[in-house]
Amino acid sequence: MLPTDSKKALSFKRCIEDGDLVIVYERHDVMKPVKVTKDGVLQNRFGFYKHSDWIGKPLGAKVFSNKGKFVYLLAPTPELWTLVLSHRTQILYIADISFVVMYLEVVPGCVVLESGTGSGSLSTSLARAVAPTGHVYSFDFHEQRAVCAREDFEKTGVCSLVTVEVRDIQGQGFPEKLEGLADSVFLDLPQPWLAVPSAAKMLKEDGVLCSFSPCIEQVQRTCEVLRSDFIEIRTFEVLLRTYEVKEMKVETGAVIGENHDEKENGGQRPSKRKHVSNEDDYAVSHDNNSSTAATSVVMARPCSEARGHTGYLTFARLQCLS
Amino acid sequence: SNPRSLVSKLKIKTQKKTKKNCSLFLLLSRWSTVRIRLCRRIKNNNNKAQDPNPRFASEGCSVLLDVNDGDRLVFARLSSGAIFKIGNTNYSLKPLIGAPFGSLFQVETEKKVLSSLAFFPSKKERSSSVNVIDDDGRDNRELIDNNESQNLTVEEIEAMRREGAKGEEIIEALIANSSTFDKKFQLSQEKYKLKKQKKYAPKVLLRRPFARSICEAYFKKYPARIGFIRVDALSLLLTMANVTAYSDVLVVDMVGGLVTGAVAERLGGTGYVCSTYKGDSPSSVDMVRMFNFTDKIKERIVHSSINELSPPKTASPEVNNQQGGVCKSEINISESSASDMVEDASVTAEAREVDDVVPESKIIKAPQPGAKASKEAVEMWKENGFSSLIMAAQDQDPWILAKDVLPLLSYSAPFAIYHQYLQPLATCMHNLQQGKMAINLQITEPWLREYQVLPSRSHPHMQMSSFGGYVLSGIRISTTS
Repeated sequence: MLPTDSKKALSFKRCIEDGDLVIVYERHDVMKPVKVTKDGVLQNRFGFYKHSDWIGKPLGAKVFSNKGKFVYLLAPTPELWTLVLSHRTQILYIADISFVVMYLEVVPGCVVLESGTGSGSLSTSLARAVAPTGHVYSFDFHEQRAVCAREDFEKTGVCSLVTVEVRDIQGQGFPEKLEGLADSVFLDLPQPWLAVPSAAKMLKEDGVLCSFSPCIEQVQRTCEVLRSDFIEIRTFEVLLRTYEVKEMKVETGAVIGENHDEKENGGQRPSKRKHVSNEDDYAVSHDNNSSTAATSVVMARPCSEARGHTGYLTFARLQCLS
Repeated sequence: SNPRSLVSKLKIKTQKKTKKNCSLFLLLSRWSTVRIRLCRRIKNNNNKAQDPNPRFASEGCSVLLDVNDGDRLVFARLSSGAIFKIGNTNYSLKPLIGAPFGSLFQVETEKKVLSSLAFFPSKKERSSSVNVIDDDGRDNRELIDNNESQNLTVEEIEAMRREGAKGEEIIEALIANSSTFDKKFQLSQEKYKLKKQKKYAPKVLLRRPFARSICEAYFKKYPARIGFIRVDALSLLLTMANVTAYSDVLVVDMVGGLVTGAVAERLGGTGYVCSTYKGDSPSSVDMVRMFNFTDKIKERIVHSSINELSPPKTASPEVNNQQGGVCKSEINISESSASDMVEDASVTAEAREVDDVVPESKIIKAPQPGAKASKEAVEMWKENGFSSLIMAAQDQDPWILAKDVLPLLSYSAPFAIYHQYLQPLATCMHNLQQGKMAINLQITEPWLREYQVLPSRSHPHMQMSSFGGYVLSGIRISTTS
């Protein structure tokens, strides 16, 4: 997933090889990770696709099924991975992930501690941020989930950057061998205040801690405990609002709608335009035409469904000795 | 009576109170933590000049001074002669050189320097911020706002200051001489105390400039200069564009260099961030100087015009001019008279509170980043394409730029286009869909809200930023089937 000095992840020249992980894109909300094998076949509602047809094609290419419907083959990125990974636990999404990575001041070379690993959604993005010289130490008290996470990291190719250990951070704290080495610590635990003293020992001075909690009571207790060793304690909520875009042809009398939302059917064109026109020289274009012909207007409005809450993000810096 | 004797009488009173909190046990456990941290600091003292993650402020480096917990944010470049003004007094910044980032300083009036806050006093202050609320029924029903509750006059306070009374002593005197303080509800008392502390005993936090702090400081003070990109919008751009080591990121940065700097920070010295532009002259990326980048990182920040990066078009007059013309070898950053960076070249004449770092005669100039991209690099990009794109172009139509710049990306490369206004992005998205140039197109508006979390006082902040811009994201695909 991540580029290295010798191999570019993305390039006009980069072709799909046997063993690659690709993201099969049907629609923005229908995507799937697939490992390419010589004899593999992908079956979906459009028919079947032979992997052998894919090998040698560039990433981003369109590939066709036996019925002539197409899908796109995309290079995996942590964002796409977050949308397609199997959920063993509730995961963090792009809004929280991007804010956490920025606010924890994670840059290449950093050492980041994380608990719990969960489904590895954030871990993958942290791995990207610390590459190539940093490291992510991730802890989860559930053995099965730790195993699944390790498998996922192998699949996506970030296993050299992430170490998963089975450990109960609330009960035992972080391991002593990591004391004073962490640039940042991330906590996604039911009782993060129990882990705060240990996190304080792990952090370098002026290092940043983040705690993610869905409930305000958890946040209050965490902040109480943070006040002894940490400064600049700030709590945020981050959300995203998405918009849909539509083109309307506004004419005298009739209003024609052409829906340009994310409704692509594999292979089929968007719904055909229906003209209702009284003009002879009706020109179909997106630009504003002369006053006699129709004008088309592209309009945007927020989508009606949105996520209301994921969790509160509390950040704090380890106090510095003078 | 003499305010001084009153203060000393008060001191005895307060000491008796705090003794309850600082029991011997607490002191001992604190000392062991202190000892561990001191040893660790000696072990971790790896602040070589070219350390990409420096923990100590060095001479000539750029720092962010945070006065009174975020009330005031000022960028400065540290040197022995640098001066910083708080209120009406100038203070020397010399004690900050060599101090670890995150150290807290307070003013020392007599010496006109910022002296570092010793470990224990700062702990005492924090323990007074109570976790248990004393609900004894006090409220404000009898308090009259007639400006007569404080018995100390302005002259008496000034006299105390001149005699060298410490900030804490003045605050104690103010409390002692306030006829209404005891009647206040406990939380009101704390609020009063905090207000006086900010005025008479201001604290300065030494912070390291990072994409996050630079963006926040600018968003608070000069948001127009960064195109109103809020910190969560910036973080979204970096994530959506999959910025990581060894990637070649194309940026159209018309927000002073904030985006270029943030990308360079995440690249960490590998790959490239190429700032591109229409026409001949590159846009200024002045802000990059504030990040304290090592040379290794600065080398990766380059620029090249759209024409140079595009495959040659036969009948374009612009291309012919470009090939023959003289291109600037470096971005021309005009050093303004003030050596601090917040007050850059575009300083206006408007009246502003004077909170700049006064420059001394010998201005330390930072080496300028942003050299022109080498021919080899340009060839490599033409062959491979860029791995992602971030556009933050103020006052430009995003579609006009996107249609020229998107073909420079590899297939399956993600892109993120930021704009302050929704409509141009909607048109751009529509056109990209019509032209089948991209998939997974999405217009997103980031939303951010900060909370105050204190015992019995938890609620969102009263003020909030309602707007941080819009982002159009997508993935480039091949237009040929």
